[in-house]
Amino acid sequence: MNGLFYIASAIAVIATFRALTGSNAVHSLLYLTVSLLASAAIFYSLGAHYIAALEAIIYAGAVMVLFLFVVMMLSYGPGQETEEKRITRPGTWAGPAVLAAILLFELVYVLIGTDLVPEDAAAHGPKAVGIALFGPYLIGVELASVLLLVGLLGAYHIGRK
Amino acid sequence: MATVPAEYALALAAVLFALGLTGVLVRRNMIYVLMSIEVMLNAAGLAFIAAGYRWAEPDGQVMFVFILTLAAAEVSVALAVIFRFFHRTGTLDLDKVGSLKG
Repeated sequence: MNGLFYIASAIAVIATFRALTGSNAVHSLLYLTVSLLASAAIFYSLGAHYIAALEAIIYAGAVMVLFLFVVMMLSYGPGQETEEKRITRPGTWAGPAVLAAILLFELVYVLIGTDLVPEDAAAHGPKAVGIALFGPYLIGVELASVLLLVGLLGAYHIGRK
Repeated sequence: MATVPAEYALALAAVLFALGLTGVLVRRNMIYVLMSIEVMLNAAGLAFIAAGYRWAEPDGQVMFVFILTLAAAEVSVALAVIFRFFHRTGTLDLDKVGSLKG
């Protein structure tokens, strides 16, 4: 579990740096997705299994797809017809592919090693988080639902023609 | 099986937060500024997870669920604003955001 944490944190730092220093928005979003998946591996190594699943589903899945849709709809910058030719070159996606391959090796390593799942007291499954969410933090859950409704209405109102 | 020290996780959260803050301060493209804010929110959540790991409590994960909700609502509204801004001005330069009226 130590090696999982250190390798995933190195991948997260490298991918975040590459994402924030790039000039092409789509390449930066690829790097940012790899960084968020590495964050999911870090959460898993810290015993937060439920949060690792949420990070992979919501952050790396939903939020990044939202970013990609908006970037594709904007389609800013000159040379849109040469963009398709340039993005299929191997050099543009080699960096995210290498980092994602290391994460895949970590995933396989965790799956085949049965004694690698943290069994200590620091590991909290979805049951403990759910009991805490709907016990002492119930008003926070209600406020989060109101926040999501306001975000939905605000995005619809701002984004309409 | 040795466990990871919680200080290392906190140091990693600090590094990621510093990267995101540098991105907010340096970049002038609105998409990149929004991505930097996402990185900073993720680093703050990692600090909460590290705290919950240190004291063996599920409260850090509860706080991360709230941060996740906040990030989802914030990014949807901000991307709608970026969409409107680009269709009005044809640019994503943050220095021209003062022209967005009404």
